[in-house]
This record gives sequence, structure tokens and C-alpha cells, in this order.
Amino acid sequence: MFLINYFSSLNPLAFTNALPGNIAQGLIWGIMALGVYITFRLLDFADLTVDGSFATGGAVTVMMTVKGYNIWVALLCACIAGLLAGLCTGLLHTKLGIPPILAGILTQIALYSINLNIMDRHANQALSVDKYSLILSSRNLTSAIVIGLLFAAVLIIVLYWYFGTEQGSAIRATGCNPAMSRAQGINIDNMKLIGLSISNAIVALSGGLLAQYSGFADVNMGRGGIVIGLAAVIIGEVLGDAILGKRMDFKGRLIFVVIGGIIYYIVIGIVLWLKMPSDDLKLFTAIIVAIFLAVPYLKGKSKSSFAKAGKRAAAMLAGRSATAYGDVDAKNKEEK
Amino acid sequence: MLEIRNVHKTFNLGTINEKHALNGVNLKLDEGDFVTVIGGNGAGKSTMLNAVAGTWPVDDGAILIDGVDVTGLPEFKRASFLGRVFQDPMTGTTATMQIDENLALAARRGQKRGLRWGITKAEKEHFHELLKELDLGLEDRMTSKVGLLSGGQRQAVTLLMASLQKPKVLLLDEHTAALDPKTASKVLALTDKIITENHLTAMMVTHNMRDAIAHGNRLIMMNNGKVILNISGEEKKRLTVEDLLLKFEEVSGEEFASDKALLG
Repeated sequence: MFLINYFSSLNPLAFTNALPGNIAQGLIWGIMALGVYITFRLLDFADLTVDGSFATGGAVTVMMTVKGYNIWVALLCACIAGLLAGLCTGLLHTKLGIPPILAGILTQIALYSINLNIMDRHANQALSVDKYSLILSSRNLTSAIVIGLLFAAVLIIVLYWYFGTEQGSAIRATGCNPAMSRAQGINIDNMKLIGLSISNAIVALSGGLLAQYSGFADVNMGRGGIVIGLAAVIIGEVLGDAILGKRMDFKGRLIFVVIGGIIYYIVIGIVLWLKMPSDDLKLFTAIIVAIFLAVPYLKGKSKSSFAKAGKRAAAMLAGRSATAYGDVDAKNKEEK
Repeated sequence: MLEIRNVHKTFNLGTINEKHALNGVNLKLDEGDFVTVIGGNGAGKSTMLNAVAGTWPVDDGAILIDGVDVTGLPEFKRASFLGRVFQDPMTGTTATMQIDENLALAARRGQKRGLRWGITKAEKEHFHELLKELDLGLEDRMTSKVGLLSGGQRQAVTLLMASLQKPKVLLLDEHTAALDPKTASKVLALTDKIITENHLTAMMVTHNMRDAIAHGNRLIMMNNGKVILNISGEEKKRLTVEDLLLKFEEVSGEEFASDKALLG
């Protein structure tokens, strides 16, 4: 009875109505995930700065627009602010020897205060699309999606080009094999600084876009952002590998990172549509990311594990003794 | 070409693990010298190579490459003078990058890395020719990830990478120790070829006395962080493993303890 009531209360239209909004938000977080991809996958640096720099991007965009600056100028300044945040984490790590995760957390915590200061000590600042000319807004979802796609496309092209250049290749080498990179004359400290800066500039850009989309900046808007970014990166990789297989190249990876962001938000849409309490969303996200991070490991284990080897050994031993008994049986028959 | 003057290095100073790895190493290599370095475990062979490479700063002494004092330069800045091949085949190459990308990275050793495309068409053709000479079939797999190659193939690629930009000194740190005997001799032959063709100055650490005798024009033996034997020219050509063992006892007053060195 309860179930019938529950399912009849679900409105399919409500889901389809929410879908464009989910896609637009997913695109914006997908752009953020491109930044996470640079640090997490290319630099092998789990950078927690992003939770702070995402909100910094939103805060700078909103406050500068409200103070009368052109929205594009505001967005550019947001990127520069994000870049400086990434640089700060990089300096903490390379010049002061602080481990990557801790360096990121320190900057993130510092940014909480800095973001409040940027927002005139308010936790939330509104940015009305009626008063200011914004690049995108949730008011017009079609244009928000198109503009989100344009931003993502331009970023993917620029990143594809950059990581194919001499400097970009050096960054990739640094993330994969620091000893080799030093031996080839690469200043790996500088490469980390550049990579972290670019990553956080992209994250701040995404924060600036989300602030416009939702019509406000909030000091907590980036909380858990790293997990959403990782979710997008990992969902994108699993999906891309499944669809493209061996043809999955760097271009494909970047594209699928953004697609991962969109899929993540569609899943969130489904969860909300199923009337799960929105307070539990972060728990849900953490579980999704844990599952996707665990899948490659468990897959490898399913092919080769002690449990499997043990079973095979048991089967082999059982088989051998079975043939041994078989021999005995045959002999018995002969004797008869 | 290379001059090591009275270099000292102590690890874990003031702790129970304190180790005087280098105790006043002196060595001079002329241009075109190919010196093999032998010695027991912990004698300071690899430590001396790392001191030249700049893996860490030395405590005392000076290192000069081609007349330039590099003692104060960090590893990545010294890299422009040096070609290096490591004991672990995984260290010298980047597994997640393609063979040609690895070579392109090495071709820019000591140069500014800007916003030009990471690999040019002319380079690709050049790499194709060089890989063909290796005779490992790698020229047809230039866009394969290096992680898919075997240890021997990776060492061969690393050797090629070390010689793309002619180094002032080539440092080979037991670069065949992790390979099976057949692959090891192939890689050694390739090492000889690359050193001769490019007229390189080289230093090769090895645990294998026969290899140490068969390759290069000079041989040094180390013990307790010092060079205790320096043989070159005709004298080196006449060397046998037994000679070396005797000389070791004579100079150091102890028996050559490393099983690896005896069995090699």
C-alpha cells in the first residue's frame, strides 16, 4: 500500500521538467571537473583547494558585477583569483614541503575567511539577472546549456592544445614520473605550480558560472566540490573506457570528464525525483564516488585474488583426487 | 670532462643510521673516457653517480663538468650536462606517455620548454630512424605507451633518450642489473655502440666484474666511499677477474665480500 502510494506520487513530468536544469548544472560542474582532472590525473596531486577556489570564483564574479564591472571582466578576475589560490597551495607544497592534501586543506580553510571578506562579510550575496546582464542564468535554460557547452568546448580545445605543447608535456611527465622528469631537466616544482594554478583558475571560472546560473554566491557553494569533481572525472572515465575502449585518447578523456559531470547531475535529479531528502545528497555522492573508485580495484581483484587462487587450487586438488579415485574404480572393475 | 674533487657525503648524520657514503672521492675523466665502476655493496658507487647527478647536495668538495662548477646546481639544472640510465627500468621513462613523447621530452633536455607543440614532424621521422637501429621493432610502435614495453626495451629507449642531446657525461647506474642475462648483454652491446658512435664520456656502475673488464677504457674500484683502484690503458686490457679479486684484497685488506660480484 505504501509502495503504491509512493510510486503513484512520482510524477514523470516533474523529472523531465527538471532535466534541462540538471544538464545545465552538470555542464558547469563538468567544467569544474576539467580542473580537477588536471591535478588528480595529470599531476597526481589530490588538490582540496578547489572547495575554496570554487566559492572564490563565485564570490569575485558576483561582487564585481554588483559593483558595476562588466560580467566578462568579473569572470576574468575570478579566474585570476582562482589561479592565485592554486599558486598558494603549490607554494605551500613545493617551497615549504607541506604534503599535497594538507597544503590544499590549508588554502581551502584560508579561502573560507577570504571569501567572506570578498562578499562584504555576508555568507550569501545575490546577483539578480534582472538588474545585471549576465552570461547565463537558470531563467533561460536553453541558452544556459548552449553557453555551458561553448565554454566546455573552448576549454577542452585549449587544454588539448596546451597539454600537447612542450610545457604541457613536461607537466604530464612530472605527474607520472618525477625522477625521470628531473633527469630530463624539468623543474618539477614549477610544473606543479603551473598545473595547480591552471586547475584552480578553471575551477573558479566554473564557480563564477554557477553563481550567475543560480543568481547568488554562497560561501559554502564549493563545499564537497572536490568530491563532485572526482565523481565527474571517474564516471566519465568508466563510461569513456566502456564506450571507446582502446580509442579513448586525451581528447576523449576531456570530453568524457564533462559528460561525467552531466551524468552526475542527472543521477542527482533522479534521486531528488524519488523524493530522497536533499540533506542526504552529500552522503549519496560520497557513496557513488567510493563505488566508482573501488570498481577498477575490485575488477582487478576479481581476475586475480587469493580467494580465486584458493578456489582454483581446491578445484585442482579435488579434480586430481577424483581421477585418482577414478583409477581405483577402473581397477576394481577390471579385477571383477 | 668530469672532475670530482674530494667529495664527502654522510647520510642520516647524528642518527643511529649514520652512513659515511663518500669519504673524499677524487676522480678525473677525460673526454671520451668510458670508465666502469665496481665495488662491494655500500662501497659508494651509486652514491658517487648520484653526487654527480645532483640527487642531493654534497657535504664537501667540488664537482666540475666540462670545467663548469656544478656543485651548487640542483638536479634539473645539471640535467643539461648529463645523460642518465637507472637501475630500475621504470625510472628512466614515463609509462603513461607514448614512446615518441618520451623521446621528445628527452630531446629538449637543457632547453626551455615553451608553448611550441611537444613533438615535430621532423623529430618523429628522426626517432623512427633511431628506433629502427635498435632493432627491437619499436619503430612501428612509436605511439604505444611506454608502460607496455618490457624492461629491456625500456632500458634501450632510456639509453636512446640519454644520447638524443649529446651529454657531457653519460651516467649508467647498474642499468642492466634488473634484466635477464640475454637482454642484459643486448643492452650492454647497445650501450657500447651508442657511446662509440657519439664519442661520449661515460661512467658505468656494475656488479659484474667480467662486464667491468670487457667494457670501457678505464676501471675504478671503490670501497668505503673512496676510489681505491684506478686502472686504465694496456693494464686494463690484460685484467682478469682473479686479478681484480687479488687487487681488492691487497688494497683494502679484506676479502671481496659481494656474492654478486663473484658470481657475475
